[in-house]
Amino acid sequence: MQEVLTGVTEPVLSVRNLTVRLPRGADRENAIEGISFDIGPREIVCIVGESGSGKSVTAQAVMGLLPKRDLVVTAGETLLQGEDTTKARISRLRELRGTRMGMIFQEPMTALNPVQRVGQQVAEVLEIHTDLGSSEQRKRVLDIMRAVQLPDPDLMIDAYPHQLSGGQRQRIMIAAALVLDPALLIADEPTTALDVTTQAQILRLIKEMQSRRNTGVMFITHDFGVVSEIADRVVVMQHGRVVEQGTRDEVLRRPREAYTKMLVAAVPSLVPPKRAPVEGKLALEVKQLSKIYGRRTLFNRKARIVKAAQDVNFHIRKGETLGIVGESGSGKTTVARCIARLIEPTEGDILIDAANVAHLPERELRPYRRDIQIVFQDPYRSLNPRRTVGQSIVEGPINFGMGEDKALEKARELMRLVGLSPDALDRYPHQFSGGQRQRICIARALAMGPTLLIADEAVSALDVSVQAQVLELLDNIRKQFDLAVLFITHDLRVAAQICDRIAVMKNGVVVEHGTTADVFRSPQHEYTKALFDAAPGRNFGAQQSVA
Amino acid sequence: MASIDAAPPVSRRRSVWSTVLRNPSVIFGGSIALILLTIAVLAPFLGTRDPAEINPSARNQKPGYTATVRDDEGKKISVVYHFGSDSLGRDIYSRVIYGARVSLIVGVTVAVIAVFIGLIIGMIAGYIRWLDGIIMRFMDGLMAIPEILLAIALVSLSRAGLPAVIIAIVIPQVPRVVRLVRSVVLSIREEPYVESAITVGTPTPTLLWRHVLPNTTAPLIVQGTFICASAILVEAILSFLGIGIPPEVPTWGNIMAEGRTYFRILPHNILYPGIALALAVLAINMLGDGLRDTLDPRFAKRF
Repeated sequence: MQEVLTGVTEPVLSVRNLTVRLPRGADRENAIEGISFDIGPREIVCIVGESGSGKSVTAQAVMGLLPKRDLVVTAGETLLQGEDTTKARISRLRELRGTRMGMIFQEPMTALNPVQRVGQQVAEVLEIHTDLGSSEQRKRVLDIMRAVQLPDPDLMIDAYPHQLSGGQRQRIMIAAALVLDPALLIADEPTTALDVTTQAQILRLIKEMQSRRNTGVMFITHDFGVVSEIADRVVVMQHGRVVEQGTRDEVLRRPREAYTKMLVAAVPSLVPPKRAPVEGKLALEVKQLSKIYGRRTLFNRKARIVKAAQDVNFHIRKGETLGIVGESGSGKTTVARCIARLIEPTEGDILIDAANVAHLPERELRPYRRDIQIVFQDPYRSLNPRRTVGQSIVEGPINFGMGEDKALEKARELMRLVGLSPDALDRYPHQFSGGQRQRICIARALAMGPTLLIADEAVSALDVSVQAQVLELLDNIRKQFDLAVLFITHDLRVAAQICDRIAVMKNGVVVEHGTTADVFRSPQHEYTKALFDAAPGRNFGAQQSVA
Repeated sequence: MASIDAAPPVSRRRSVWSTVLRNPSVIFGGSIALILLTIAVLAPFLGTRDPAEINPSARNQKPGYTATVRDDEGKKISVVYHFGSDSLGRDIYSRVIYGARVSLIVGVTVAVIAVFIGLIIGMIAGYIRWLDGIIMRFMDGLMAIPEILLAIALVSLSRAGLPAVIIAIVIPQVPRVVRLVRSVVLSIREEPYVESAITVGTPTPTLLWRHVLPNTTAPLIVQGTFICASAILVEAILSFLGIGIPPEVPTWGNIMAEGRTYFRILPHNILYPGIALALAVLAINMLGDGLRDTLDPRFAKRF
């Protein structure tokens, strides 16, 4: 068929009017409804959407990986080089996966078998689909490992997954997906779990591999920075339908639909807005803070010592937002937990109102607990699922002797303040969405009347439109209560928008510290520069804010 | 900012219990356990006689044997030995029915005591880090003691009887509960909602009671049923070996011990208490399996 049509670029994948039904009792009838798009060879098509928009279901339908009983294709077809995968038999699908379509997943930690050498896991694809002998297989595996730029393939081929870093594991996944030169690569949020610098490398790698091998890529993501970095064309999805599709520039620069416009506008810009320096009273001062893990014990005399945070110094004034930015393992959360006194720092001072709370025992610490409140990353785990929202909010004030009626009255007021209905106090957390739960957590923190609010990746788990709303809320309450905010994030865009000053952390040490405008305009430290260079879609947000 | 309303209220609790009550193992095991409980409670009204009553003229009779005895007023009445009689002429049917009482008392008491003690020690070990090592090494030590040896020691130190048996069975079970509770506490204390309770100044005992304890109920209900089944079995073993409850008390183990000598000629002496014991343990284990599948998603059946 292809020979007949030489000259015309026939799509590698053509999704036609695909509809997948959800099981009864779900929040809508169909997971995806009547979606159509094409992916040509050498083309990267980004499918963008917020959680629940049906992007992953689309990928699973193409791969024939839909859970049999729950999700059923009721209409449409997915033509992989002219062959409908939704109607293919299981044995045929098995042949197609690996040979004509490869897939990489979000979690490189769990997608690899921990007890098998990585080389074997790549070779498994060859073993199933080809007749190659074991020495030839090994040669092919080494070739592909070299192609995905893994260092020392000869050594690494016999390594176990735990010996590799997250980025290296994702490279192995890519190697396994591409070893048979499939026509289509499906990548489901392949860089979401990775640090920015690693993400940049993996994106570059995917792009390079696909253009060299003429692979069509279906790239699922929620991150518009990534989209602007990698996409040829973009498909925007919402509630299981395609809202808009077009080339990257059409969708990102001249979105037609209101939803796309809203999404694009919600992406924080990398250019920090102008901010006047804050001159309020000191709310918190941190001096020479260190937290060292690992200690020699009776049985373990050579314990490994991990310096999670070392000689961290900073202060925050009332009404000011200090951002701590860094990749995973940089020690930013350790610092937050020390300040909230969830852990005791090994050394250093934490001064609130001239009192040093760094080493106070729990009983003496208690009065200061009110002053520092924390909002965590995971909205699904920050509220006790067995207690109503109201019970969670009033717990703190009642601990400090407020009457129940008065505390409830205050909770009602706070619910209104964070944009939720006060009637919702009697409900349980599972009845709320992630963004709503994060608002509840903010209300719970405010109920204590804190001077310092720590937001530990508080918006990282949220969809971009919800993220924008929660950020706005945080900024409003900062102004209203003259709060000092310690904002911990890995996301430079968010940091640029909300922070007055920024401290960049790496390996437990603050490498750079200054006003947001200065740090973003002229980063001094090598690491900060590398971090900014790696930020996906550097130019995308900038032009947005100028326009 | 517009007011955002949550989804309509759904009762999570009810849906959990309705799945539990639809599980076939729970239905089967639960109803048999319930029947056994009813039998134990209603033992005097199920056509039984005094289980300790000796009738020298009706020794070692086969099931269905009918004897004629005089009642208190001297009138002759005929009695049927449904399950036969033992070497002292006691009615095995009555003894098996009454035996259910001892078995269930031992099973339930051991489960309740072991879970209660284990819960408290486990919470302490899980939450107070410096005590953890000490407590857990002590628990490892306890686990090394075989319950039968412990029972022999306790019985020789004091009198043989129900309390000694219960203590002997409880002690080796406690460490298992402690381990379970400790592991739950260790994972729950890292949950952000527990940490935020710490930051709002909730005192530790309240924290444990309010935020940690509820998470242990499901695994403890499951563990409790397994302890109950195992306690019933161990009690029967101890009685059979003659180191448990005194032989005149009707327990399934005692009946089997009594019938051991004539097992080849009169198998009913062992058969009926054996069936009762097997049924009880099977029912409670099935109940536990069903509860585990429905309450504890980590072990839920995968299709």
